[in-house]
Amino acid sequence: MSAIIEFKNITKKFGSRVVLDDLNLEIPRGRITFIVGKSGEGKSVTIKHIMGLLQPDEGQIVVDGDEITHFDHEQLRQYRKKFGMLFQHAALFDSLTVGENVIFPLKEHTKLSLPEMLKRVESVLEQVGLPNMQHKYPTELSTGEKKRVGLARALVGRPDIILYDEPTTGMDPLVSEMIDELIVHVNKEIQGITSIVISHDLKAALATGEYIVFLYKGKIALAGSPDDFKSSKDPVVRQFFSGKVEGPMEFL
Amino acid sequence: MTVRGIIFSVGQPVVGRVESVGRWATNLLTDFGSFCLYLVEISKQAMRRPVRWDLIFQQLEFIGNQSLNIILLTGFFTGAVFALQIGGIFQIFRAESIMGAATGKALTREMAPLMTAFLLTGRAGSAMTAEIATMKVNEQVDAMEAMAVDPVSYLVVPRVVAAMFIMPLLCGIFIFIGTIGAFVTGVAVFDVDVGIFIDRIKWMVTPRDIFNGLEKAFVFSIIISAMACRYGLKASGGAKGVGRATTMSVVMTLLVVLVCDVFITYFQLRL
Repeated sequence: MSAIIEFKNITKKFGSRVVLDDLNLEIPRGRITFIVGKSGEGKSVTIKHIMGLLQPDEGQIVVDGDEITHFDHEQLRQYRKKFGMLFQHAALFDSLTVGENVIFPLKEHTKLSLPEMLKRVESVLEQVGLPNMQHKYPTELSTGEKKRVGLARALVGRPDIILYDEPTTGMDPLVSEMIDELIVHVNKEIQGITSIVISHDLKAALATGEYIVFLYKGKIALAGSPDDFKSSKDPVVRQFFSGKVEGPMEFL
Repeated sequence: MTVRGIIFSVGQPVVGRVESVGRWATNLLTDFGSFCLYLVEISKQAMRRPVRWDLIFQQLEFIGNQSLNIILLTGFFTGAVFALQIGGIFQIFRAESIMGAATGKALTREMAPLMTAFLLTGRAGSAMTAEIATMKVNEQVDAMEAMAVDPVSYLVVPRVVAAMFIMPLLCGIFIFIGTIGAFVTGVAVFDVDVGIFIDRIKWMVTPRDIFNGLEKAFVFSIIISAMACRYGLKASGGAKGVGRATTMSVVMTLLVVLVCDVFITYFQLRL
């Protein structure tokens, strides 16, 4: 298993609070990795470190062979082109139509002709199951549709890595299931793409994830396949998976 | 109570006050420093490609075209009412003939740039803050960064560039319309001769006055647009945060415009 992202002894503090504590993390290339943990355990901080939106206090982050912690503004801008990101609430631009939202990264970063861009927008919207939606505005879409447009926008630039930030939080079970299926579909359809999903949704992690990282107190409590998690005897892992309040897990 | 105790009980509130003044001053200087760095960042981004002409034209239309009616109305009535006030005083000294010149001078050097700045802060600046703040709290700005697009380059630069072009123009229109307002009042109310009115304006209002007025408008345009966008980008905390950012943006911009006006006027008169 070759790693596309490596965290080497990463420590991140906010004031006196240690969020990531000497964290060593490897995310495998070309697979679906779920990063799970209860709120405040540093999942979002981890994703922000991967995107270069936060800098660690100590340690190194290596992405695709590049040490990114010393990147300057321009290097970071170039580096972020590797990524597509689906935000928790899709984060579509309200003033733009679906088509304009999806074409946005292409207009910014490619020299494709307009017909080529439109063709790619059409194909990616079809891929997420929303053909002929280009002219609608985000306010006219349902929550599930917004997420799919967000995913189309993340995919249109053909990224190497796609990040999903809490993709199913606040969704009804049907939409959640649909998003999960879409994550698997994207990973199968696009050769070599690495998917990283930040989630609370354990059912989805076990059903969809190929590699799961469980963060607790700024460290990895367990990392492995869904089967490793199901068979784990670690009391913290068991408590998290059972969803019970009583147990060894500390709540802030 | 011991002497030490008395000194302590008297001294502690004083130390507290000094501390809070120190903290306020430190915050003020930090804010000023970060605003200067932000202006440098805007300048750097403005030099970079691509030049977003479509966004600049959108903003020119929004700031300029959509503000035109209010500028015309306010300009006319400001000139008219100023002429009424000043005409009443000049009438006492039988100097109504120079009321046009006095109004023109005041409009050109001070009232037009300030009134234009106030109007644009209220109309365009507040809208800029609200729009960007809404984008910020809805993660749209984060999405932009995640897509390797600099929010300063995409959201701030087009607004600042458009404001820099359009605000001196709106100020010029304000001066012109304000002078017409004063002219109507002078001729209709104070019975000033048309030729004398125009002649006195030509005599007193110099090209340098006009240049100084437009110069102020130019500086104010940068302050208004840059501050509006900055408050938007710094917003947090949902709908309440958007409201707070918009209010703070308008209040602080008006304050900074007034303070800067004093300094600019001082340097203009000294040079």
